[in-house]
Amino acid sequence: MSKSERVAGTVANYVDERTGAAKWLKKNLNKVFPDHWSFMLGEIALYSFIILLLTGTFLTFWYDPSMQEVEYEGSYQPLSGLKMSAAYASTLHISFDIRGGLLMRQIHHWAALLFMVAIVVHLLRVFFTGAFRKPREFNWILGIGLLTLGIVEGFLGYSLPDDLLSGTGIRIAEAIIQAIPVVGSYLAYFVFGGPFPGEVFIPRIYTVHILLLPGIFLALITAHLMLVWYQKHTQYPGPGRTEKNVVGYPLMPVYMAKAGGFFFIVFGFTAFLGAVASINPIWLFGPYTPAQITAGSQPDWYMGWLDGLVRMAPPLETHAFGHTISWNILIPALIIPGILFTGMALYPFIESWMTGDKREHHLLDRPRNAPNRTALGAMSLTFVLVTLLNGGNDLLATHFGLTINQIMWFSRIGVLVLPPIAFVITKRICLSLQRSDRELVLHGKETGRLVMLPHGEFIEIHEELSPEKKWTLTAHEQLPPLEIAQENQAGVRNPKGLRAKLQQYASKSHQEQIEKPSAKDVLELGDGRH
Amino acid sequence: MTSDNQSNEIAPLTDPGIPAHLHRKSDLDPKAAKKAERQVGILFIISALGTILFIYSYTFMSEKIFIFLPVLGNSNAKQLFLGLGMAISLFFIGMGAVHWAKTLMPDNEVVAQRHELRSEEVDREDFVKTVKEGAAAAGLGRRSIIKRTLGVALGLSGLTPLLLLRDLGPLPKDDFSKTSWEAGTRLVTDPGDRPIKPSDLEIGAVAQVLPELPAGKERKLEDIGKDAVLLIRIRPAEFQLDAERLSWTHEGIIAFSKICSHMGCAVALYEQTTKHLLCPCHQSTYDVTRAAKVIFGPSARPLPQLALALDAEGYLVAKQPFTEPVGPSFWERDSS
Ligand code: HEM
Ligand code: FES
Repeated sequence: MSKSERVAGTVANYVDERTGAAKWLKKNLNKVFPDHWSFMLGEIALYSFIILLLTGTFLTFWYDPSMQEVEYEGSYQPLSGLKMSAAYASTLHISFDIRGGLLMRQIHHWAALLFMVAIVVHLLRVFFTGAFRKPREFNWILGIGLLTLGIVEGFLGYSLPDDLLSGTGIRIAEAIIQAIPVVGSYLAYFVFGGPFPGEVFIPRIYTVHILLLPGIFLALITAHLMLVWYQKHTQYPGPGRTEKNVVGYPLMPVYMAKAGGFFFIVFGFTAFLGAVASINPIWLFGPYTPAQITAGSQPDWYMGWLDGLVRMAPPLETHAFGHTISWNILIPALIIPGILFTGMALYPFIESWMTGDKREHHLLDRPRNAPNRTALGAMSLTFVLVTLLNGGNDLLATHFGLTINQIMWFSRIGVLVLPPIAFVITKRICLSLQRSDRELVLHGKETGRLVMLPHGEFIEIHEELSPEKKWTLTAHEQLPPLEIAQENQAGVRNPKGLRAKLQQYASKSHQEQIEKPSAKDVLELGDGRH
Repeated sequence: MTSDNQSNEIAPLTDPGIPAHLHRKSDLDPKAAKKAERQVGILFIISALGTILFIYSYTFMSEKIFIFLPVLGNSNAKQLFLGLGMAISLFFIGMGAVHWAKTLMPDNEVVAQRHELRSEEVDREDFVKTVKEGAAAAGLGRRSIIKRTLGVALGLSGLTPLLLLRDLGPLPKDDFSKTSWEAGTRLVTDPGDRPIKPSDLEIGAVAQVLPELPAGKERKLEDIGKDAVLLIRIRPAEFQLDAERLSWTHEGIIAFSKICSHMGCAVALYEQTTKHLLCPCHQSTYDVTRAAKVIFGPSARPLPQLALALDAEGYLVAKQPFTEPVGPSFWERDSS
């Protein structure tokens, strides 16, 4: 036994005698994790969060969350002597007078963008592969919670520097609060401690940004990961992969080394972005004042779709009985996002209602094998994409020589018409991919090699797939649509008639499939293969 | 097994099982393994060099050097090399670890079994029993006085945090409907706080103005947020206003609240040729000649117009306060 082994042994013994940890660790160090690039998306989100914690803590050492007016005396000459809030002055101080301060600010902001991208792409992976199905519905909801809070946290974060651009964002947020019927003006006064902008908003959101939300994030992320751990990871279909097993690499050492290494890669990547790519150059915008604005003001991308919705809203207000209801604000800023996020959170339950499937699932779907779900996903993505584009309508207009008017009408019509089109097209693509899978399994791969038959006809040689590949392409199950009785035995119509009809319809649409090849099909064709 | 009409699943192909393990070069050839080890070592050394670059930039590099990078433009060299040093030092630790795991650590796939998450039937029954017994022991079902009073107590105590939040801010009263403009308030330039005569504005000019401050009062951002006004001068013949609104202008000078009636941004862009005011936030566009009527965008109301007059000394003043609330809408706004 080497000396270091002896030391390690002593330490381990000491800890185990007091905690009994060895038993638990022994089991969990051998935990098996399936390997696939798409399983790293959640990891990227986690690592960006850690990076945000580290860089954010650094920023707190100099950032001064105060709206007190000060005169700028730092080293950035163009703003010298200007009156501004202490928050803005301290952010300038971090950027110009603290070595590495600008770097940390930029890494913090890049990591925030990466965090949101990773969450969204991770969510898409989970959605399109059906990983949210029983027993993982809780984790889906936790994920939606993290996404929602991430948007809020990011918005509060880029409001902290209190520059002209971020102040404009806060101005708009205030208008949304103010527009809420009945309680709006009260809420706005409570949040801002009086009229906008007041002097308490920045200190308040600071507490939320660095204490309240990060605390909630930590709790939710912990619960999220504990569930992944406990329920074990899903895996893609393939040879030897079943609903009853997990195939992959053990945590110790392979997975630890890869995951640990990957953290450094992500951190290094954000540091690279922070080094070379300027982001949020607040000194160019100037301090916030309600009477000024920068042209072409754009929020961060994860808010852009909301901005796009607000921009395309028709100018509708109701004036009645001495009250005003601003539909042009409420619908795009609160009602549609509310419906979207609630729908997203409930989707696992909606799908299980459509399919009537209440079983556990640990094997992932290939997106083409769930055409209806994939099409729904494509439809929602199209919706968000159109709104996101409209959020940059002024930039699009100048870049492509269009008028804002053209883009607005394109968006208004597009946001209603394009999503259903995306649904239909995606579903067709899925079904034709299924058809080509079927062809592949039954007739093999085209090789491009031609041979001449004795009677002069040319045919192409098809190469048979390996049994592994064939299995991978046919491992999914295909359920028939539900049979829901629309009438009971006595011929009386089902009292829940409408719902039953709806479910029947949804189920039929959801189970639309190209029949996968069976063992019999393969056998029958076995001899006739060219 | 053949598929018959009763079964859901058509007879599937057979699962060939996990494919045989393919050995890597470094598993078989000690030389290849040694080479992989060296590669990992090199990656870690690159990382160390990155840290040295970081330390050098932090300590010795001047802040005054700028270098030009294609696409990215002028960059501060100190900040650039600090960042690159840090990026290299972190990135290559990661690359080293991953390369190590990929080439030298075992790559045999392992199979673990899953277990149903649902608890055993006996455990579930035991659980229900425990809960029932516990509840029975507490006697919540029988002791209705306790049940009801506990409900009341818990419900009421929930009010505490709500009430505690009450002092977050004052009540709005009618603040949203008021600005500092009153009859006779002078218009002053922003910045500069100088009173304005009509002759100060040429045709086609725009100016941002604020109400003159009473002596000894300081201007706060929340005042500017409601009081900011745009003054625009055009040829009087170009107005298409009713008699009342026309009487609010003065020799072609017209004044509007600068706070967008949509969501409160500053309506800052004035296009001289079309006489349009544009809000950059969501592109609501207002026609100056027609009392800031909305001609494009999500805004539902014109910008409130401020009635102008001249005082005894010939300076522009407000003839009266705004006749409607400025800025975004709110529930109590009376638009009738
Ligand atoms: C998911 C988590 C987080 C997100 C999405 C996020 C996002 C942001 C963003 C976008 C900014 C603006 C940066 C800029 O361009 O100036 C910001 C600023 C800031 N953040 Fe965070 N942040 C997160 C977590 C944290 C944490 C955990 C802390 C502290 C412990 C923190 C401390 C700060 C501070 C002090 C600032 C203002 C300083 C400055 O802007 O230079 N953040 N945050
Ligand atoms: S705030 Fe002016 S258009 Fe929305």
